[in-house]
Order: sequence, then structure tokens, then C-alpha cells
Amino acid sequence: MRNIWTICRRELYSYFVSPIAWVLLTIFACLSGVFTYIISASFVRISLESQMSGQTQPMNLNEQVIAPLLSNIAVIGLFLIPLISMRLFAEEKRQGTIELLITSPIHDIEVVIGKWLSAVLMYSSLLGVLLLDFSFLFFYGHPDWKPVVTGFVGILLQGACLLAFGTFVSTLTKNQIVAGALGFAFSLLLWILNWTTSFGNSATVQVLNYLSIVSHMDSFSRGVIDSKDLIYYFSMIFFGLFLTSRSLESLRWRA
Amino acid sequence: MIQVTGLSKRYARHVAVNNISFSVEKGDIVGFLGPNGAGKTTTMRILTCFMPPTEGQATVAGFDVFEQAFEVKKHIGYLPETPPLYPEMSVRDYLHFVARLKNIPNSEIKSRAEQVMERCSVADVSSKLISKLSKGYRQRVGLAQAIIHNPDVLILDEPTSGLDPKQINETRELIKSLAGEHTIILSTHILPEVEAVCKNVIIINKGRVVVTDSVDNLKNRAGIGGAIQVQVDTAGNADALAVHQRLEQVSGVSKVLDRDSTGSRFVFEVESLQGQNARADVARAIVHAGWNLLELKSSSLTLEEVFLELTGSTHAAALPPATEPSVIGGVQ
Repeated sequence: MRNIWTICRRELYSYFVSPIAWVLLTIFACLSGVFTYIISASFVRISLESQMSGQTQPMNLNEQVIAPLLSNIAVIGLFLIPLISMRLFAEEKRQGTIELLITSPIHDIEVVIGKWLSAVLMYSSLLGVLLLDFSFLFFYGHPDWKPVVTGFVGILLQGACLLAFGTFVSTLTKNQIVAGALGFAFSLLLWILNWTTSFGNSATVQVLNYLSIVSHMDSFSRGVIDSKDLIYYFSMIFFGLFLTSRSLESLRWRA
Repeated sequence: MIQVTGLSKRYARHVAVNNISFSVEKGDIVGFLGPNGAGKTTTMRILTCFMPPTEGQATVAGFDVFEQAFEVKKHIGYLPETPPLYPEMSVRDYLHFVARLKNIPNSEIKSRAEQVMERCSVADVSSKLISKLSKGYRQRVGLAQAIIHNPDVLILDEPTSGLDPKQINETRELIKSLAGEHTIILSTHILPEVEAVCKNVIIINKGRVVVTDSVDNLKNRAGIGGAIQVQVDTAGNADALAVHQRLEQVSGVSKVLDRDSTGSRFVFEVESLQGQNARADVARAIVHAGWNLLELKSSSLTLEEVFLELTGSTHAAALPPATEPSVIGGVQ
């Protein structure tokens, strides 16, 4: 445990001492702010229009603002996640510091988990910015807080999952750009797997749909925590980290 | 402390280390000497458990590098060729991180870090970012990193490469001061370094061990069987040819070469037979003939030439004349 924290702490140090964290935080704050503004502005416009036309149908802040906002945030995450994970191992390999890690009395899996955990914490600090956006919704409206919490959990799990695979591709190369590009391609692929649902409902399609990372977000943003989705996320995280540690081990044989 | 038997490391296309064996006693400083690409780094990487050997066995502090890698890692301090530094960290933070990695208890981390900074003379830059440090400082921070957990075995891969002469000296002194409590293997392709720092030397070339010996023995070997430079003043009693012939008759002399002559002063280079030193006989012969012996010095094989001869990389003749005073210093 201590070793995991040692690694994780150093990674966080690097994120926040270098411009990476601040650039990502800025990008995320700007984009999520714009999204929040556009979505809530259009919600306000629609609710005004419906009031003027005399409709008394209740407007739902959760369904019409928060759920679409969360799924848009997840898309921003798709772009930022490879930027978070790409340096994890690629940079160590380029700098030669990987020799220090491998020749220290510490298990590979501790290095892997420590690094992944730091990336997850980095990603959650991005999501932390969202609290500011959401505080306005709570200030001016009365949304149900439970779906907001589950939505956050869902986005975080989804991020943790993509970060695990991002960590894995980062072990494959010395070059951060290559790691980033591969990570992005992989995330995008997982993202669009559920598009295959338009091909019908065969067993293959069902499997692909289950594998798609997006199809598991929906229930979270509706306030439902389904064990099916939890199992999906946790097994994907496990698989990603497993691949990472195998790849790290094989590095010795290839080196 | 370190025992290597029949170690090999093969890559798809070439053999980096080919069936090498050697052992290092506790408290020794051993120089691992060889031209670039001889397999020094590969051997060190195997010893530090960075990579497994293809064949053979190596034990460090009684633990097998493959089977008990975790135990071996606890006993080893390693400075790779490029010091493993994180440029964005300050020296102190970096050493604290390494201390934690090496399982030093939290309560001792601070004091250990201060101690090694003092010892490696990097205390004055302790709060500077590593990216702002000069090469010499980086190398010393690398060394501090390697000794922070007081390991039994220190493995240093070219610890003085890229340093200026003053820094090289300081680093060598530091390494020497570490001997005794640590067993040290250091790799280098600079001979004077081995001579200045190490007790024993392992010369390796093209993945094979060429010589394992003590530095003193190797130096003696350099003195024996080498060439002697003789300057004779015959005061007009004899010409160069006569002296030449006289010298050739001395027992143990294999070859005499004319080097220089001014008036009645002649300079010859006399080569002895392998394993013999004809200096005494040459001197006696000259004096016996009634000539003045002005100078007699061993322009013999220097350690450098021995090295080149053993590794067979360049012909010894390609070297500058060894009679010039040099740091390599053959026996004079």
C-alpha cells in the first residue's frame, strides 16, 4: 500500500508541477462552462416559451439539463483522458527513470496501480471543476441530487476504465504522442461500439453493445446504479491494469 | 558478494554477453572495463534485475537475480548510464521519493536524504529543480540516489562520463570513500579511472571476459615484456651499429630499434622477450663496454596498451609514444 501511494504521490507531483494539470484544468473548465451555459440557457428559453404558451407541463432540470450535460462532459473526457494517461510510462521510458522503478524493491503491480490511481485522481480533479457549474443549478433550481451523484460516479468509473487502457498503451512506446494517439483511438473505438445496434439484434451485436463504454453511462445519469454496469467497469479496469502489468513485465524480456 | 557463472544474454540478432563468469568479494571495488558495446551495461542490468539472463546464473548477496529478484533489489544501489532523474522535481523531493521507494522507514527519510546530499556534495542545490542542474550535479544526485538506502552492493554504470576533470576527481574520491562498507562494481572505458579507483579489474570485450586480475598485477604485466628506451653516449668510441649489435647480444632482448642519434649519442628502443625484463642486463652490457649510459627507461606497454592488446581493438603502435609522461604511467 505504501509503495502504491509513493508512486501515486510522485505522479501527482509531476502533473501539478508541470503545466499538464493546469492546461487540462483550464481546458476542462472552459469547455464544461460553455456546455453548462448553452444547455441551461436553452432550458430557460424552452421553459419560458412553454409558460407563455400556457402549458403547465412540469420541466425537469435533471432530465433536461443534468443528464445531457453529463453525457457531454463524458465526451470532453474522451478527448482529455489520453492526454492524462499518455505520459505515465512513455515518459519514464524516455527519461530512463523506468530503470529506477524496475530495480527498486517494489512490485510491478504497485507501480501500475500507483500510476493509474494518480491518473484517476487527476481526472477527478477535473470533474471537481464541475461542482462549480452544478452549484449554480442547485442555487437557482431544485434538481434531485441523487442522479447527480450517480452521474458523477458513472463518469468517474468510465474515466477510470479508459485511463486503465491509456496506461497500458503508454507502456508500449517511448513516445508520448504515439501513446496519446493510440489511447485516443482505443477510447473512441470503445465509445462507438454501440453504434452497431443499428445492424439488428444478433448475439454479436449484443456483445459489442455490452462492450461499448457509453451504453453503461446511461443508467448512471438516470440515477440508477446497475450491478451489470459496475461489473462491466470494474472488469474493464482490471483487464486494463492486468495488460499494463504484463506489458511492464515483458519490457524486461524485450529490453 | 557477487557470483556470476556462465552468464549469457542473447538478443534476436546478436549476443551481448557470452558465457561470462566472475566473482566479487565483499568490500571490493571492481572496475568493469571494456570498449563501448562490450556488454558492460547488459551485465550490470542483469545484476540489478533489470533484465533476466538468457543463460547462466548470477547471485548478489546470496540471492539469485532471477529467482529472488525482490531480495536482490533490496541489497543493490544502481546508477544507470543516464542517471534516472525526474527533471521536474527538486533534489530533496526526488531523494525523498527514492528513499520511500527503497523502503526506508518514514522517520528516517529526512535524515537519510540530508546525509547523502552532504556526502555527495549536492546539499547546496537541494531545493533546486533537477532540470536546472549541471551534468556534474546530476551525476552526483544519481549517486546519492544509489546509496540512500545504504546498499551492500553498488553498481555504477560509467559514473564519471561527461564530467569535467575536477568533477571526475571528486566523484572518484567519493566512490573510493564508499568502498569497504559497500561492494562496488563500476564500469568504465577509461583506464586511469580503474587505476585510480579500483582494486581489481575485469576486462570484457565482445561479451567475453578477457582478463580478471588485480590492478597491480596488470600493471606489472604491463612493465614486463615491454620495451626499454636506452640513450647511450659512446664518446666517439663506437658507432650506432656497434652499439646496436652489442645490445642485440644481451640475453632476453628480442629486438633493437634505432630511434635517434645526435653525434655520439644514440637512442635505441629495446624490446624484451615475453615475460622478461632485460633492463638490468642492458645496463650492465653498456657500462661493460665502457660507454656512458645516459638514460634507461621503460617505454613499456602501458596499461592502455595492455588493454588494447587484450581487447584487440587497435594496434598498439597507433598510440602516441609511451615515453611521454602520462597519467597511465607504466613502470618507470
